[in-house]
Amino acid sequence: MRSDLSLSDPRLSGPRASLGLKAAAFAGLLFLHLPILLIFLYAFTTEEKTYQFPPPGLTTQWFGVAWNRADIWPPLWLSLKVASVATILAIILGTLVAAAMSRAKFFGREQLSLLVILPIALPGVITGMSLRSAFGVMEIPFSTWTIILGHATFCIVIVYNNAVARMRRLSGGIMEASADLGANAFQTFRYVLLPNLGSALLAGGMLAFALSFDEVIVTTFTAGQQSTLPIWMYNELIRPRQRPVTNVVAIVVFAATFLPILIAYYLTRGGSETAGGGK
Amino acid sequence: MKGAILPARGWADKLTALFWRRPGLLLLLLITPPLLWLGVVYLGSLAALLLQSFYSIDEFSGVVKEEFTLKTYAELFRAQNLDIIRRTVLMAGAVTLTSAILAFPIAYFAARYAKGAWKAAFYLGIMLPLWSSYLVKVYAWKLILAKEGILTWAAEGTHTSWIINGILSIPGLESSSLSTSPAGTFMVFVYVWLPYMILPMQAALERVPTSMLEASSDLGATSAQTFRTVILPLAMPGVIAGSIFTFSLTLGDYIIPQIIGNSANSIGMAVYQLQGTAGNIPLAAAFAVVPILIMLIYLALAKRAGAFDAL
Repeated sequence: MRSDLSLSDPRLSGPRASLGLKAAAFAGLLFLHLPILLIFLYAFTTEEKTYQFPPPGLTTQWFGVAWNRADIWPPLWLSLKVASVATILAIILGTLVAAAMSRAKFFGREQLSLLVILPIALPGVITGMSLRSAFGVMEIPFSTWTIILGHATFCIVIVYNNAVARMRRLSGGIMEASADLGANAFQTFRYVLLPNLGSALLAGGMLAFALSFDEVIVTTFTAGQQSTLPIWMYNELIRPRQRPVTNVVAIVVFAATFLPILIAYYLTRGGSETAGGGK
Repeated sequence: MKGAILPARGWADKLTALFWRRPGLLLLLLITPPLLWLGVVYLGSLAALLLQSFYSIDEFSGVVKEEFTLKTYAELFRAQNLDIIRRTVLMAGAVTLTSAILAFPIAYFAARYAKGAWKAAFYLGIMLPLWSSYLVKVYAWKLILAKEGILTWAAEGTHTSWIINGILSIPGLESSSLSTSPAGTFMVFVYVWLPYMILPMQAALERVPTSMLEASSDLGATSAQTFRTVILPLAMPGVIAGSIFTFSLTLGDYIIPQIIGNSANSIGMAVYQLQGTAGNIPLAAAFAVVPILIMLIYLALAKRAGAFDAL
């Protein structure tokens, strides 16, 4: 209607932002991004005792030092293991909820959607403390599985958000067409639903992985004496040793969350759904 | 007649037919695993939390007494604990208010004026900080706010150190540097939760129809009037939705006040320390119930304001 006119006619191209608004918006974006850059800079500083700015000198030695620090590798493996298993569990459970929600109105539908969102809507300290209480009451010892249990619980909603948004866009007609053409439920799932849902699930999985990999609030309650990479980092922040080494690890954690987010964005781009609508 | 229906070829077809005749069965199969998981793991844990909060700890032996009592809740009403709750709620309120003010221009610009590539850039520009590592962001601010850090350096370079010193001399915020002052804690909270405010706000603003704004100006409203009487009320559900995140996240956080600030206690820190070093799980559980109650009240108020349509 009006939108094709507006392309050619400058008077109809919509109002222009005032300079003040523009400046405020861009300043806000810069505010969100500039701090992260400092993490990179400080990984190269020669000063290891303070956060002196500007750095007195630059060096690349900390990457080698970090590589050779034996206390970094076990937390890294643990974090990767936890995030991978939690993501797989979240993909399965999140897809099931999304499939159920997209089917029909049923008794308790609203309550179920609330239940899925609750682990992430309530502060992490509550989820953490709840799990800690449950382990205490049931006398379950801390293990990798107690960490995974917590992570999978709050990752379900991430996969669910992505899957349900895609299912909403998917026309029910193609499923019926598939059935009409003689496919059984499993064939429809394998050949019709999965290819259409695939990228949304992958995006959800990526975000769930990113969320699990750097989660620290719930983890401190469910890990006991174990150390994931964020817990290692947290301890370094409270009792710093070689500060630039912490920066090197921070870069690794940043990359391990940044890349999945970027991939998730490209996978769900074009749709009206937001990949992470509400973390 | 019979020839028109294909014969079932094995169990998969038979199951499909069964699902077709009984759609409820498929739904049940789909829903049981996640319901079991969330019901047992999550609701079960919440129940355990409530249960623990009604236990108490023996003051001499430090052993948890598994008998129903309200003694632990009564401890919450001690002056020092009430003070912790009051301070945390105050911080959460201040963070929410500031986030809303800072988020508005970004959300408004992204929703109304950003087009094409800029729109994508803004979306990513908000999304990436939201999802990127929480600890890394907090760490970045430890670098910024440190006494020898970039902020002091920049303030000296621009002769604005008096602003920082002024903030640090306000009663309640005194400290040698921002990284050990509650003012620093506040800044980091705002930084870390800001994207959670922008997104729902932007979603709400995007739903404001242009025709309404045109109608408003046709009827003689100035842009300030349009903003106040049309845009702001329509954006309100988004603001409230965003405030749920910023408020709830600040309420329960214990990492940020521990790393940046004067280590004054907050609800989150109290829970963490009580269950850890103090070993007083019942009181920790009772403390964890406080943000649940506050959030339930908050959510009930938000629901009445229609915030959930914008989530």
